[in-house]
Amino acid sequence: MNFKLKDIVPQLVTVIAVVLIFGFFTYNAQINMENRGIDFGYGFLSQESSFDVQFSLIEYDGSHSYFRAYLVGLLNTILVSVIGIIIATILGVIVGVARLSNNYLINKFAAFYVEFFRNIPLLLQIFFWYFAALRALPLPQDAEAIFGVFFLTIKGLYVPAFVWQNFNIFFYSIVAAVLAIIIIHIHSKKVQENQGKQIPVFLISLGLIFILPLLGFVLGGVRLSFEVPVLKQLATTSFIYEGGVSLPPELIALTLSLSLYTATFIAECVRAGIQGVGKGQKEAAASIGLTPNQVLKLVIMPQALRIIIPPTTNQYLNLTKNSSLAAAIAYPDLVLVFAGTALMQTGKAIEIVSITMFTYLTLSISISILMNWYNKKIAIQEK
Amino acid sequence: MFKYLKQLTSLVAMVAVLFTFTTETMAAKKSKTLKNTQKKGFVRCGVSQGLPGFSNADAAGNWTGVDVDVCRAVAAAVLGDANKVKFTPLSAKERFTALTSGEIDILSRNTTWTLSRDADIGLTFVGVNFYDGQGFMVRKSSGITSTSQFKNGISACTNIGTTTELNMRDFFNSKGISYEPVAFEKADEVVAAYDAGRCDTYTTDKSGLAAQRTKMKNPDEHIVLPETISKEPLGPVVRQGDAVWEDIVRWSLNTMIEAEEYGITSANADMMKTSENPAIKRLVGAEGELGAAFGLDNDWSLRIIKQVGNYGESYKRNIADTGILPDRGPNQLWTKGGILYVPPAR
Repeated sequence: MNFKLKDIVPQLVTVIAVVLIFGFFTYNAQINMENRGIDFGYGFLSQESSFDVQFSLIEYDGSHSYFRAYLVGLLNTILVSVIGIIIATILGVIVGVARLSNNYLINKFAAFYVEFFRNIPLLLQIFFWYFAALRALPLPQDAEAIFGVFFLTIKGLYVPAFVWQNFNIFFYSIVAAVLAIIIIHIHSKKVQENQGKQIPVFLISLGLIFILPLLGFVLGGVRLSFEVPVLKQLATTSFIYEGGVSLPPELIALTLSLSLYTATFIAECVRAGIQGVGKGQKEAAASIGLTPNQVLKLVIMPQALRIIIPPTTNQYLNLTKNSSLAAAIAYPDLVLVFAGTALMQTGKAIEIVSITMFTYLTLSISISILMNWYNKKIAIQEK
Repeated sequence: MFKYLKQLTSLVAMVAVLFTFTTETMAAKKSKTLKNTQKKGFVRCGVSQGLPGFSNADAAGNWTGVDVDVCRAVAAAVLGDANKVKFTPLSAKERFTALTSGEIDILSRNTTWTLSRDADIGLTFVGVNFYDGQGFMVRKSSGITSTSQFKNGISACTNIGTTTELNMRDFFNSKGISYEPVAFEKADEVVAAYDAGRCDTYTTDKSGLAAQRTKMKNPDEHIVLPETISKEPLGPVVRQGDAVWEDIVRWSLNTMIEAEEYGITSANADMMKTSENPAIKRLVGAEGELGAAFGLDNDWSLRIIKQVGNYGESYKRNIADTGILPDRGPNQLWTKGGILYVPPAR
């Protein structure tokens, strides 16, 4: 036995304290709920929700259960987070690189963007994009078509819907193309390591991703047509578009404000990462004859990413958690649908808040695990 | 003999003192909320975040409205001063949690009395201070004059966490109309979105529609459709499990309504003490011991009438004179064709 008493005692005391505190809160809640005649239980999740939701990725209406309403909210939260993270990352990288540009105008514009958007509270930005920008949009009957098929109106963005024939053949052709590209990548790496020859992987990949689906159209009988939104009159001055897909303005405003806000922080992470790579690395790489592109791709970025990934993970988590501000502008996310309407209709505050907290915790930890895995993958591997 | 008499009187006096002392504290002991309120010196009252006529704060932070008056009546009864109220503005979503968690002691926030709320959530509704029903508002220019003109695809703005969301679904389902519900957390945002043209119709309680209409950029451009799609009895709510407090709030409201029935107003309340009618004398504290049951003195109801006024005065001051709903409709006394009918105070 190697461990000493003085090592264990503090740990033990901490554990006991934590258990006692949790125990006290649980006991306290139990007593108070009993006194006030409130039942505790998760049975309500299977009851009929009897309220409708504006926007849902899965089939849902008020005749479904509260659990289904929870899923609707969760999927909407994930949707806005994923779109937000993608846009914020692309924008963040562009702005981050632009801040290091030698071009005075680009450099200063990027700096202005970062300082402007990260210093205004997010909720204000959401309100701005929703209420101020929304008011500026035309009513459906006044909307000008963009490219003849898109309609941006106060009631949302209407886009044509894809109508597929033999969609599965198209889908499999994409899967086949992706698999082929992965195999070529592995093969080219081997060839380069063994023979020093370089295969133009990028061009081949590009060709594959276009040609295989195209074959599907020509030989597989895949057909694609579009259903263009059509204006429909509801009353003298009230119109909507029917057909096609409608993206509610709440989703657009929320995605826009979340990405614009978070992109500023990601841009700073990217800038810090690139500046964190020693100047000598770049000069050394150039001196052995690598092209500027190769210098960035093979020398700078692999090292910069190690600095960029951990703080960017934080930003992804922030974006996901900030999406709960959706409630302010009627985007039916987890907080609005589940911790809002469902909580109100059932009165199960403790149950619903605990489920919601646990869900956000799970979401955040999943993102962390994914990013940590990626971070480990690109970390220095000592052979 | 004289000696004994002296002893006897002191004994009687002692017993009397002891007895009054025990009755005083019995009620207070029974009601933790009453004790806490008297200790704190103010009534903690949950109200809306701004609904003209019901609970609305002016620029100086003074709250007015019929819902506000219920809390002021309770303060007048238990503390002797109608102004000793601390108002907490709450969203529809927060209101019940605020009450059950003990942050407030009365919820007087245009809240609909339903079975599930009364039975499930640890709340008790004590009465109705406004009979309402859900309606729809549309833009005049839309040409819609009845809900029968609603068509598939109509978008409806409303608040989350209200019975409105449920009624709306029942209504559109029964008519077989597909609709887009756009639900906001705060009433101000609902109005802003509807006003901007995001929705074709705005739905909530009719009193709420009338009140919010006054807040719009151009009130004359909007009309409230005649149909009422639900029953919405609005009233004050207290926590379950404090029967004395529940009775105090219930009878504070009832006093206001009964005072109107007997023609007692804030102006003539003192003179009514000499009335021939025992019912009136009881209400102004000149007869009977009505306050004792709550652990209050006998002037509790007189203070309510003098400081807050009767129900009719409150309605006129807050809802009729402000142009929200000049016609009292069902919120008229039963003796005058309405449905306001309260149990007798005796």
